[in-house]
Order: sequence, then C-alpha cells, then structure tokens
Amino acid sequence: METLLQALSFAGGHNTRMVALGCAAFGLAAGALGCFVTLRGRALIADAAAHATLPGLCIAFILAALLGGDPRSLPLLLAGGAATAGIGVLVAGGLVRGGRLRDDAALALVVSLGFGIGVALLSVVQSLPVGGQAGLTGFILGQAAGMGQSDALLIGGLALLALLAVAVLFRPLAVLCFDPEFAAVSGLPVRRLDLALMLLMLAVTVAGLRAVGLILVVALMVVPGATARLLTDRLPVMVPLAAGLGAFAAWFGTGLSAALPALPTGATIALVACALFMLALLFAPGRGVIAFALRQRRLRRDLLAELR
Amino acid sequence: MIEPALELRNLSVAYREAAVLRRVSWAAPASGLTAIVGPNGAGKSTLLKASLGLVPRLTGEALFFGQPLSAVRRRVGYLPQRASVDWEFPATALQVAAMGRYPRAGWFRPLPRAELERARAALAEVGMADFAERQIGQLSGGQQQRVFLARALALEADLYLMDEPFAGVDAATERAIVEVLHRLAREGRAVVAVHHDLATVAEYFTEVCLLNGELVAAGPVATTFTPENLARAYGGRLPMLDRPVPRTEPGAEPAWAAA
Repeated sequence: METLLQALSFAGGHNTRMVALGCAAFGLAAGALGCFVTLRGRALIADAAAHATLPGLCIAFILAALLGGDPRSLPLLLAGGAATAGIGVLVAGGLVRGGRLRDDAALALVVSLGFGIGVALLSVVQSLPVGGQAGLTGFILGQAAGMGQSDALLIGGLALLALLAVAVLFRPLAVLCFDPEFAAVSGLPVRRLDLALMLLMLAVTVAGLRAVGLILVVALMVVPGATARLLTDRLPVMVPLAAGLGAFAAWFGTGLSAALPALPTGATIALVACALFMLALLFAPGRGVIAFALRQRRLRRDLLAELR
Repeated sequence: MIEPALELRNLSVAYREAAVLRRVSWAAPASGLTAIVGPNGAGKSTLLKASLGLVPRLTGEALFFGQPLSAVRRRVGYLPQRASVDWEFPATALQVAAMGRYPRAGWFRPLPRAELERARAALAEVGMADFAERQIGQLSGGQQQRVFLARALALEADLYLMDEPFAGVDAATERAIVEVLHRLAREGRAVVAVHHDLATVAEYFTEVCLLNGELVAAGPVATTFTPENLARAYGGRLPMLDRPVPRTEPGAEPAWAAA
C-alpha cells in the first residue's frame, strides 16, 4: 500500500517519477489516437501490428548480440518491432485486397504468423550466449520495473509527438473516419491520411511495448475511447476524455504494479482501464445501464398513467 | 459556349470481371436538374463514383465544367447514400453540416463563428434547425438524409452529384429535398441525381440519363423519358410501362422556373 501511494504520488524517487510520467504520456497518446483508430475500424489491425512486433524485437536482439551491440537497447528493439509490425500491416492489406480473404481472417492470420514467428525466435534468443530472453519476455506482458530514465524519455517523447500529430490532424481525421468518400471528394488526401493514421498507430504501439506489452497494448487504444464514448456524443469531447482516461490508467496501473511486483504492468494498466469502463457502463448519465433502466421505468410508468 | 457541368468521355468501370459501365459518353447540362435512371446494377452509383475518382476508371475521363476534378473541386459537391456511413459516429447534426465548410474555411483551425453560422443556415434550410445539437444516431432516416443534404449545401457548390437523395425518406422530407433542388436550379446550379422512382422523374427533373451498363438515352425529360427508351433501359420487364408515363409538353417551363 505504501509503495502504491509512493508510486502514485511520484514520491518514489526521480526514476520512478520519470517512468510513471513516460507511461502516462503513452496512455494520453493511446487514448486520443485510439478514438480515431476504432472509429476508422482499425482496432484489429492495431492488435495484429502489436503481435507482429515480436519477431522484430527478437531479430533486433539477435542482430545486436551477434554484431556486438547492446541487445537491450530500447530504441534498437523498438525499431525492430516497428519494422515487422509494419510488414504485418502490409501483409494483412495485401491479403484483403482483391477480396482474397475477409479482413478479420487476414488479421487473425497476421496475429498467428507474427506471434508464432516471434515465439520461435525467442527460443533462438535463449540459445544465445548473451544471457537469455529475460529482457524480451517483458515486452510480451509489459514490465515497467527496470525501465530506466532514458527509456521513459523515449516512450514519452514518441507518445507526445504522436499526440501532437493527432491534434494537428484532428479535423481531417474526423471527416475521414465519418465519411471517407466525402473526405476524398472534398480534396483530402485520403490515402495519405490513412497512412498517417497507420504510422501513428505503429508509433504508439511500440511506445507501449515496454510498459504494457504487446498482448495488451491494444487495450489502451480501444478501452479509453469506448469509455469516453459512453460519456459523450461529441468527438471534440471524446478524444481529450479518452486521452485523460488512458493517461490515468497507465499512470495508476504502473503505480499498482510497482506495489504488486508479481503482476505484470500490462495487466494492471489494462485492468484499470477496464475498471473505468465498467464504471462508465454502469453509471454514465445518458448511455449507462442504470440510467437506461431508470428511464425505461419512468417511461413505462408515464405510459401506464396515460392509459388509465 | 457554356461548358457542361459534367462531361463523361468513354467512361468504363469494372469491379471484378464484368464491366459495370461500358464506354459511357454523356454530358450533363451546365445548370438544371438531371436524373440518372436505370435498373438495379445499371451502374448509376458507379457512374457518380467513377466521375469523382472514388472507384478506379478502366477507361475514359470525367470533366467538370470542362476541367479535371482537381482543378474545380470547390465547385463540386457530393451527397453519398445515407447508408454509406455509421450514424453512431460521435457527432451532432451541426458538426456534420459544418464538415461542408471545412474545404473553404481550412482544415487546420477551428471553424470561425461566421462559418458555423453558414452550416447552421444550411441545417435551417432543410428544416433541421431545431435538431442542430442532436447526436446524429438519434435522428430518423429522413432527418439523417436532411443532415447530409445540409452538409452538401454548406459546400456552396455549382454542381451536386447526389446518390439516391430520396431513398427511404417520408413524404415531408421528399418535399423538403425537392424544394432545395428547385432553389439550386433557380440559382443556375446543376444537380445530377440517381433516382429510383420513375413516377416522379418528370415532376422533379428536366433532364434524364437512362443507363443500363451502357448509355441508353439522354436528353430533356420531355423527349427522352419515353416508354420506348424505358423499355430499352429496363429490358421490357417494367410494370410501370403499363401505365402512361407522365409527359410534359415539349418546351414547357418546368415548375421551379415559373416560380
């Protein structure tokens, strides 16, 4: 409990503070960008991309070990992860094009392929003399513990850049997500906007790998947006709200996992985000379960009174 | 000479194997209301989308006011089918109408108050002023269609391509849309609309383009919208043809022009 309070109040020392802030910045970007990713129907692609980072992480690790570099260098590992995630997205796109495969099947295939190759490569990593796969398994379930200040800065910087891009592209992205054909006729470069959305999604995904892990990183792109959607009908409110919820979940979840070291950070962050969603689902003023039930009861009573 | 609002030269489109549109060459007049009519699968929506570059063209080109679309984008507006978007999108009616102002006001700054007022005026013209702050998913189908029309009007285009503007709307909304079309025609703007109700073609439109994969016939409704041409477009399987097709006198003023 004391550790939790310490972690949450940023009292755990400079390093803990930096890690908490870096994670919060990631949550901020993931929540904001996630609104557009889900409204454009790209949530499954984000999940497939996240799983497809594992081969890249392993390849970067192996190459660095063989070439005498530092196999635990975060920028290197994230670059590797981003590269294979990008390939995964391209493969999914190629399979869907021309109607060869339905997109859900194509994405499931990319998830299986990416994760399968990644796990196979993990065993190669383990056989390397440089000291096992310990550094890499953290990327699967998320491990904020052991993150250094420079890691936190990298993650936070990447996230804030993505957030800035979302802010600049807010209106074009909104029109693209609502009505891509209207966007195209209005002269928006729809293909390039979709590409930008995809690149931002990749950037935020790799930013979350270290803390949240590749299995659950999609949670922070989907859940805060879904929570915010329950609370508002307006995109200009939904996006900042989702950003705030994502930041809170990442910050609180990181603190929680510092207090409960047996739990992977990814799980605590995702569970905090889901707990917020459950609260909104029950108590949201307009769309919440309780508000709906009360409204129905009142309407029924009014109708019966009218009939009497 | 006045350039046609939309000119298609040798336009062909194929989705999978068979061509949906085969070598269509046609010009819509510079102003006035034109209906595109034909059976299901005749390529009516495809014709609009291929003109606008939304689906790839196999052959041919589309010119707007004598120029490629990219040169005159501001003068061209598109009203997609209502079913083409997800109405659960987190936006109000006013926010959707305001999207019609972005191309003119700029995409990278909040909409200035004056621009927002224009979007509001467009909503008012289609009778949706009272629903400006309503989430679009809570509107009826007819109201959603009006919001789409308001967004198109906010573009202040000279040519509108409309994909089934009357699909699935009630009589009141249909009348409201017709009034808007007449206003556009009076101002010398052009509308090319995919239209399904053969009974109202002569009442609402002055020009018609009959389509069935290929161009069957095109011209003024009075001389082109004939039972013979309809039989050719629909392959003779048209119960409507048992009834006389309402004819307007050649050269008669359309209702909106007399007003």
